[in-house]
Amino acid sequence: MALLQISEPGMSTAPHQHRLAVGIDLGTTNSLVATVRSGLAVVLDDEAGRSLLPSVVRYHTNGATDVGFTAQSAQNIDPRNTIVSVKRFMGRGVADIEDAASLPYRFVDAPGMVQLKTAAGVKSPVEVSAEILKVLRERAEVSLGGELVGAVITVPAYFDDAQRQATKDAAQLAGLNVLRLLNEPTAAAIAYGLDNASEGVYAVYDLGGGTFDISILRLSKGVFEVLSTNGDSALGGDDFDQRIFCWMLEQGRFAPLCAGDARLLLTKARDAKEALTEHTDVRVTAMLSTGEMMDATLTQTAFNAMTASLVGKTLAPTRKALRDAGLAVDEVKGVVMVGGSTRMPCIRQAVADFFGQTPLTNLDPDKVVALGAAMQADVLAGNRAGDDWLLLDVIPLSLGLETMGGLTEKVIPRNTTIPTARAQDFTTFKDGQTAMGVHVLQGERELASDCRSLARFELRGIPPMVAGAARIRVTFQVDADGLLSVSAREQSSGVEASVQVKPSYGLGDDDITRMLKDAFTHAKDDMYARALNEQVVDAQGLIAATRAALAEDGALIDAAETAEIEAAIAALEKLISSPDVEPNHHLVIKRGIEALNAVTTGFAQRRMDRNVRRAMAGQKLETFG
Amino acid sequence: MAVTLSERAAQHITNFIAKRGKGVGIRLGVRTSGCSGMAYKLEFADETPEGDEVFTSHGVTVFVDPQSLAYLDGTELDYAREGLNEGFKFNNPNVKDACGCGESFNV
Repeated sequence: MALLQISEPGMSTAPHQHRLAVGIDLGTTNSLVATVRSGLAVVLDDEAGRSLLPSVVRYHTNGATDVGFTAQSAQNIDPRNTIVSVKRFMGRGVADIEDAASLPYRFVDAPGMVQLKTAAGVKSPVEVSAEILKVLRERAEVSLGGELVGAVITVPAYFDDAQRQATKDAAQLAGLNVLRLLNEPTAAAIAYGLDNASEGVYAVYDLGGGTFDISILRLSKGVFEVLSTNGDSALGGDDFDQRIFCWMLEQGRFAPLCAGDARLLLTKARDAKEALTEHTDVRVTAMLSTGEMMDATLTQTAFNAMTASLVGKTLAPTRKALRDAGLAVDEVKGVVMVGGSTRMPCIRQAVADFFGQTPLTNLDPDKVVALGAAMQADVLAGNRAGDDWLLLDVIPLSLGLETMGGLTEKVIPRNTTIPTARAQDFTTFKDGQTAMGVHVLQGERELASDCRSLARFELRGIPPMVAGAARIRVTFQVDADGLLSVSAREQSSGVEASVQVKPSYGLGDDDITRMLKDAFTHAKDDMYARALNEQVVDAQGLIAATRAALAEDGALIDAAETAEIEAAIAALEKLISSPDVEPNHHLVIKRGIEALNAVTTGFAQRRMDRNVRRAMAGQKLETFG
Repeated sequence: MAVTLSERAAQHITNFIAKRGKGVGIRLGVRTSGCSGMAYKLEFADETPEGDEVFTSHGVTVFVDPQSLAYLDGTELDYAREGLNEGFKFNNPNVKDACGCGESFNV
């Protein structure tokens, strides 16, 4: 009979309806699949009891493929058709691959993404990755006894949109329903954060086969916030192998290597690196196809010296990530080590020195990402009750409002974790203003017209007050499902209006990337536009106030002075309505404002004096009365 | 009237509850569903369900709702490994026939 797992209270599934979900760590060197069984995250092993699947695919002439250990062992005999570290090619053009010349593959430059010529034809990195995912999917389905409803697949935090899309496509090709792409450090934090229930700021140092990621996370009560991320998408254990490989070439003084010999030496290099984790020195021997021999001893000290610059290359992004998070090194409570390369003593030592503490290594650094992904998949597949809901979503683009002058005021910045609520106070712009339009925007640009409009509503019934006296609190609330509700409330009268919108509605990943890119490209233009609009708003406010004062108290000044003020107003109006031909037009308007301020100083003084006298007169009457 | 656990099942359940961080035991039940009429329910229990029959087997508390007990009496819950798959198995003497997969049954 079928084997059952224990469900969360009230979450039992109907027969044949088990929500089987897995987490997949699609790594550069090795891949893993994990699931949650009876509430416990476990990595699924193959028939031979091995959990790691080498991310290696070998193509045969008849179209057959080997994946994993079989393919890995063929690296030396068939290097051109045996694809290793394919993740480095995902979503990349041939120009992006720095070391293309030293790799044994026959690259085909194709628009968008590089392709590889193999015995079974031209293959894209997406197809190669799909082969790896297919094997993991089959392993999972045999292990779980049913079809999967979906998978969470992890990607490095620094994967750009093309690389993420390529990963999604690979999953689809492998027949997997992607529940979510999850950043690897985030997955590691889930595995550690939930298992150990520790609170505080953590750094996740992830050095895998081909990628380095550093993330600064804040964990509290099972909810964590990503404070900052940084990294290098072309730095990993492979580079350490490469250093040993270069050392071997120096030692052996070999003639130019054929592809098979290069692969052989790289494999030897990796073995030597792994041996140095346990031993202080290792003897490296190899026999090349040319009959040349290599026999030398590599010490840990020599290895540390030749890789010191690589270790250093991980610390610069680490420093940057901390700075972005606004944190000092001593505010980091713990450092989580992820990725097989963090087993290297030189890495552990460097990280310990940098953070001034021993990094955490109590979960297997090779498995921690897959375990976290499995836990997330379990939640997303609906196997957990509502109150256990783990909140990991962030807002991809800032949410804000349009303010006077068509400017964007960000209320919830991008990358804020949901659910969240933020309130900001706004005020009226004109005397006696009784209504206010609320225009909800999403985007990073300074001008409202460059952002995406999500909703508009009006708050009516504001009691008439002088400009700036009303206090209108606008609250943005994003719930766990990503639904945004915006409410505006005038504090003194309590009038309220609200609207509900779905912030990411209609925004594809492409749109989000484009909007972010635009924001970076146009940052300077936007800053200028913002400065200009602010000055225009100030000028309009000043003109309106001066006009109101003239209408009310025009009698206090003589005709000459009135004419002077009118002239200054006219000049300023002309400035704000004329096109901004020169780049510093906002400064010109600013001078116009100062000019108007200057000519109205006397008038303002007299109004104030008069008002003070009135107030004092009132006081006296009251005191005597 | 009783429901028991095999020693192996009890060990696994103890481990799962410890790793899960909460739970007072497990709760078994049946419900009308599936291709052969009845299906098992197997869940963690976070609090003592009111009115349930309570059994203790190898140190694990097992709750069974009274209506289900008639169909489950004499059942031993075992933990088994079949190839790469592993999980819990109901050895239920009341079952007359089950569907091919064994996930639902008839008494």
